[in-house]
Amino acid sequence: MPTLAPVAAGEFVVRAGFLKDIPYFALGDGSVCFVEGGETRVPLHKGGLLAATETLDGSALITSGDDGRILRLRHGEEPELLAERPRKWIDRIAAGPDGAIAFASGRTAWVRQKDGTEKEFAHDRAIGGLTFAPKGLKLAVSRYDGVSIWFVNAATTPTELEWKGAHFGISYSADGKYLVTTMQENALHGWRLSDSQDMRMSGYPAKVKSFSWSVKGRYLATSGANAAICWPFFGKTGPMGQTPLQLGTRGDSLVACVACHPKEDVVAVGYQDGMIMMCRFEDNAEVLLRRPGEGAISSMAWDGAGLRLAFGTEEGAAGTISLT
Amino acid sequence: MSQAPEAAQDQIPVTVLTGYLGSGKTTLLNRILTENHGQKYAVIVNEFGEVGIDNDLLVESDEEIFEMNNGCICCTVRGDLIRTVQNLMKRRKAFDAIIVETTGVADPAPVAQTFFMDDDVRAAAKLDAVVAVVDARHVLQRLEDTEEAEDQIAFADVILLNKTDLVSAEELATVEARIRAINPYAVRHKTERCAIDLKNVLDRGAFDLDRILSLDPHFLEHGHHEHECGPDCDHDHGHHHHHHGHDHDHDHGHHHHDHDHECGPDCDHDHGHDHHHHADPHSVRSVSLRQGDLDPNMFFPWINQVTQIQGPNILRLKGILAFKGDPQRYVIQGVHMIVEGNHQRDWKADEPRESRLVFIGRDLDFDALRDSFNACVAE
Repeated sequence: MPTLAPVAAGEFVVRAGFLKDIPYFALGDGSVCFVEGGETRVPLHKGGLLAATETLDGSALITSGDDGRILRLRHGEEPELLAERPRKWIDRIAAGPDGAIAFASGRTAWVRQKDGTEKEFAHDRAIGGLTFAPKGLKLAVSRYDGVSIWFVNAATTPTELEWKGAHFGISYSADGKYLVTTMQENALHGWRLSDSQDMRMSGYPAKVKSFSWSVKGRYLATSGANAAICWPFFGKTGPMGQTPLQLGTRGDSLVACVACHPKEDVVAVGYQDGMIMMCRFEDNAEVLLRRPGEGAISSMAWDGAGLRLAFGTEEGAAGTISLT
Repeated sequence: MSQAPEAAQDQIPVTVLTGYLGSGKTTLLNRILTENHGQKYAVIVNEFGEVGIDNDLLVESDEEIFEMNNGCICCTVRGDLIRTVQNLMKRRKAFDAIIVETTGVADPAPVAQTFFMDDDVRAAAKLDAVVAVVDARHVLQRLEDTEEAEDQIAFADVILLNKTDLVSAEELATVEARIRAINPYAVRHKTERCAIDLKNVLDRGAFDLDRILSLDPHFLEHGHHEHECGPDCDHDHGHHHHHHGHDHDHDHGHHHHDHDHECGPDCDHDHGHDHHHHADPHSVRSVSLRQGDLDPNMFFPWINQVTQIQGPNILRLKGILAFKGDPQRYVIQGVHMIVEGNHQRDWKADEPRESRLVFIGRDLDFDALRDSFNACVAE
């Protein structure tokens, strides 16, 4: 039976997860709450905390906020200031290889490398999201009307992928063959990078705000419908011409958040009403992890072993759910 | 047409503040940010510029127009506002309301449309009122030069006619007549240095139409041409509902209907100043339609069709409707092609069941609108 240990977050949970198996909750009031025995609060940002992401090695949390500061926090240590853009709201960040981070505000993105050097990447229109490519120091920036891919250390013009509309969340498939964005419209867009072939993944009743790759990158699970919509990315043509899986279908609430299990073909599905279910790809078997209440699920993440799920809601409910 | 019930009561009220550089908008913003009014405002400005206040709820936002679908003006939203509102929602407890400042050259339509078209923004926030700060001294020139100036007045629920100390009484009357010709349905206040009780500007509820009865120049006194104006009277006595649809430069010709009322000191109605020369055939006009009970099966297809076809020319529409057999008032509002309607409350026993609908727009065929609206009357 899954057991739920609540955490009194009390603020919008921007990101929930684990740093070296210690649950953390990055909160909208600018603080991060760690849970190890008791709860410890670390105040980080003067205004609000707008974004948080883990470093690729899972040892630290990178946060950004209304105060224009980008901080690195390791559990039990003092936060370190990595960069600052006074009076800018830094609401997009990404962690890359070799300790590189990227952050953006408005139409400008910056990459800060491990040695502290910074590079600026200007765009004509608003930046919606940032991600690093799985290989090489390449930054993909989703923006209005498409994506720009920059080689961070080469003074070249970016590779441009065009598709009309505003693009936000952005992610490479695990094999690096595909790039997918979420859009202002209720759709995902994708490109097969070998030939820039467009892929439209639409039919959602709401905006897609959460997505997660399943183990080995076989499926991309997404929110925005009354079930978790999981697009197949195996096979030669990826999701093109394929019907996605629909897991955890409900008649009375939309999926707000998804988190694929790190080891099994299983996805945690969080709904607008606060319910969380665990669904198996193979047979759509469902296990209830949390009853509805206290706001839409805003963030979820599994620990490395796949035995605990950290979650949080927009209204400040949070906790960990243990499967054992 | 969305007939879904409104989201929870805790939608944050949003005031949109428009006005040209030099209109006094920054003075007003600074007052809102510094005065002790017991409310905390998150303020989204176009440029920090002269707003010299260091406040962690003050954010600069570059205008980012997002075109949805095919790029029609009716489907544009402000991407920067969507993003900023979403960011603000992460610390919902830190403020009570939002103010969005737009520049004098910004199109107010995408700003308003953002609060109807984006589902996330709609769930979180609710347009309270569009407030236009107008510089009494320069507004006539602005109106000659640009379409935006006229759009801003047409969009406004509340107009602050500022810098009234810099113009003569006659100039002021001309300016007021011109503003009224564009938008007779906004509440107007005359100010010097934006000295106004902020209660008259913030948390007005103007956009949700509760106040349309008092906004409308003749709703309460139709049929009675005699009444006494109080000190705050800003009725336009030159407009009679049965004259709408005619050019506004006919107004001064109707004044023989008005001579038997008594004006208070602040009454600012149109005493017959000649403003022929402002009657540009392409300028913004308004029409107010009135009927009794409507047939919803006629009305909804009609309003959908009107807004689909004439949406680009409709700047604002607002109304309160009575549907046959329906005990509740139905309120409706729109911006270009977007129309939203909702049941509001029961008709009161002493309240005449009437349907009123106001269009403010350009190049609208008011006679055709009136005729087709009249065809929606319940049998």
